[in-house]
Amino acid sequence: MLSVENLSAWYDSARILYDLSFNVGRGEVVALMGRNGAGKSTTIKTIMGLIGRRRGTVRFNGEDISRREPYEIARRGLGYAPEDRRIFADLTVMENLDVGRQAPRRFTDGRTLPAWTPQRLFALFPNLAEMPDRLGSRMSGGEQQMLTVARTLMGNPLLVLLDEPSEGVAPLIVEQMANTIIELKKEGLSILLSEQNVHFARLVSDRVYVLEKGHMCWQGSMDALMRDQDVQRAYLTV
Amino acid sequence: MTLSAFFFLILNGLSSASALFFVAVGLSLIFGVSRIINLAHGSFYMLGTYIAYSCATRVGGAFGFWGGILVTALIVGALGALIEIVLLRRIYRAPELFQLLATFALVLVFSDATLYLWGPEDLLGPRAPGLRGAVEILGRHLPSYDLFLAILGPLLLLVLHVTLVRTRFGRLIRAATQDREMVGALGVNQALLFTAVFALGAALAGFGGALQVAREPASLSTDLIAITDAFVVVVVGGMGSITGAYLAAVIIAEVKALCIGLGVVHVGLLSVNFSKFTLVAEFLVMAVVLIVRPFGLLGRMQAAVRTIAEPEDPIRPATPLLKVLGLITLIALACLPLLAHSFPYALILGIDVLIAVIFAASLHFIAGPGGMHSFGHAAYFGLGAYGAALLVKWLALPMGAALLVAPLVALLGALLFGWFSVRLSGIYLAMLTLAFAQIVWAVVFQWEELTGGSNGVIGIWPPPPFDQAWVYFLLCLVLAVIAVLVLRRVLFSPLGYAMRAGRDSELRAEAIGIDVKRVHWLAFVIAGAVCGVAGGLFTFAKGSISPEVIHLNHSIDGLIMVLLGGIQTLTGPIVGASLFAVLQDMVMRDSEYWRALLGGIILLLVLAFPQGIVGALARLFDRARAP
Repeated sequence: MLSVENLSAWYDSARILYDLSFNVGRGEVVALMGRNGAGKSTTIKTIMGLIGRRRGTVRFNGEDISRREPYEIARRGLGYAPEDRRIFADLTVMENLDVGRQAPRRFTDGRTLPAWTPQRLFALFPNLAEMPDRLGSRMSGGEQQMLTVARTLMGNPLLVLLDEPSEGVAPLIVEQMANTIIELKKEGLSILLSEQNVHFARLVSDRVYVLEKGHMCWQGSMDALMRDQDVQRAYLTV
Repeated sequence: MTLSAFFFLILNGLSSASALFFVAVGLSLIFGVSRIINLAHGSFYMLGTYIAYSCATRVGGAFGFWGGILVTALIVGALGALIEIVLLRRIYRAPELFQLLATFALVLVFSDATLYLWGPEDLLGPRAPGLRGAVEILGRHLPSYDLFLAILGPLLLLVLHVTLVRTRFGRLIRAATQDREMVGALGVNQALLFTAVFALGAALAGFGGALQVAREPASLSTDLIAITDAFVVVVVGGMGSITGAYLAAVIIAEVKALCIGLGVVHVGLLSVNFSKFTLVAEFLVMAVVLIVRPFGLLGRMQAAVRTIAEPEDPIRPATPLLKVLGLITLIALACLPLLAHSFPYALILGIDVLIAVIFAASLHFIAGPGGMHSFGHAAYFGLGAYGAALLVKWLALPMGAALLVAPLVALLGALLFGWFSVRLSGIYLAMLTLAFAQIVWAVVFQWEELTGGSNGVIGIWPPPPFDQAWVYFLLCLVLAVIAVLVLRRVLFSPLGYAMRAGRDSELRAEAIGIDVKRVHWLAFVIAGAVCGVAGGLFTFAKGSISPEVIHLNHSIDGLIMVLLGGIQTLTGPIVGASLFAVLQDMVMRDSEYWRALLGGIILLLVLAFPQGIVGALARLFDRARAP
């Protein structure tokens, strides 16, 4: 569904990503793992068209989107939930959701996912249901994290790029977030997740790509990663 | 004053408040979303009056008048959209001040386009069909059109408020104000949104201008007046708050109305002519508000807004090549007096250029490395110039002493104004510096007994041997070289590092023990004093001085010089000032439409060299050296 070939990216003249190739299949949850600064977030931003200097091919549903504007990429069904959340602080929860709203869309085979409404999202994130009129700036980190995901889902994406959903939120919320991801997977959504937390990733992911200093250095199933203590020690543990 | 007279005054002020609000609210919307300080907004307003005048007089009747006002809004809105697509879209990633330069070029172009299309005379439109009469209120007659305007302002506020809160378009505008990139990543076509907002803002300005057609004549000078008023209103109300904008418009209009209404008031032996305060009223209000509430009446401290501008490269000490180039230039300049006989004008132009260089270098010092975008740098130029001129005129001081005192006068002004200014940042700082400059201007303009008012001070000529152009030129050269070297030296001293650290991250700089406000205050004072030198030299070069040198136009000239050269380089202001002085001299003398020409040249430069001339050269040079 999403296939990335030889993706490279630069900040100014500093190269961050080195020829990354990977793919995400329909209905799959794939984790990009690696330590701080490995290039996980940059990879996701690059796919979304948010990094100016980039090279390589990104195909989504067979179409090359690597030269597209972010809004065009979003309109093809790629949702982006940034790690720093980027909630609109002066807008209420409902207004934040409204900004993310896009028309329902279909998979290439004509099948559709059920369209997201605020009501369905409130069922998924009960905390948000209690504060539809609260300003983004008055929310806790965990609540903002949920709102970020909910706002992205309002765009009815086919695949969600989820950047570090477990970062900086309370353990209870992390658990809730894991359940949400499993729930979304059941609905037929594909997810590319960036994650440092092995325990979180193993709960939700099917496959794993491991990054280190912008290079792809390991790939395989989640089970294989859990068995391979060497890889975990080399690239993931602090 | 009776109570009824007072009430009448207030009501009258409300109709002026509506006019202020119309032009300010569009500016606020545009700034909120695009972060562009659109100086051409006042031109939209001016064009609105002219277009509505043509509709009302050519078509005539109620249809020509009222229909014309709506058509005008549409035309100006379309013009706004066109400008956004053709020009602004290319410079969203450019530094903030550079965008300002581009929009100022538009001001020049529109000004001359209007001159070409409608001629230089003020044009008085017809009175509003259906609203020609007056309403009797408390025994006085209020023109019904004024009453209509007074009601229209709050009505527009209501409509806009509902639009921003209740519609998706409004929510997108508010979201984009905070994080436009994220709005794009959520599938919103930002380009379209920006164009729409720009068109809406322009249409509102055009609409406001068109409504004025029945009250005031269409005049070529409205563009700068309108933009200054609009900025004051937006800043006093709080950037991005439309309710704040209306509130500010009401306060400012009422203060002005009261000043006129009060007239001359006798308090004991003192008699104060309040109507003289109208020129400064709005700036006094702004200065007070910004000092008490740094983000305006209803503004809030901006949650960190994501900018998409490219980060700046750090400035570097001069390379050997640059030093050699500088030395060659210097030697060439020192030889210029040899041309005195064959080409005497070269020296006059040379003096202008050198004064411009000092002016621009001192402005660059705070605007570039200091990050304080002063819109009122002409104040310190004027303080220096008037300081020197008045000392010669009233105390018959010799030139040497006057030139020494000039920077001191400017320094005192900078000491006072700088203390307030460095407490603010960004657009608020820009507007406060502008307010101070306008206050200085108004004082000089109206204190005729001391300053000669609009006539200025004349007959301030340098004594021999400086009355010969080549000697005076060399004096200017020496002082310019000293000024530039001193500023450079400071930038590479600990103070300069602290200044740049404070610009790049105030919090981090304070965390390592830098008193950012104090450092910036000191920088502000240094820049003011150096600028005073330029002012002093200017007085003796021209032999006279008038309030124009303190006017906003002169402050903007300074910014253009800095930006032309490139704000991120140290050589930039020198090159920019030289080019600007020469351009102004050559273009202004040869054409009636010099503004449009100058504007056109600036636009070309903006589109061709988004980093300024020196910035572009540096980039070219880097690329040539890189493997």
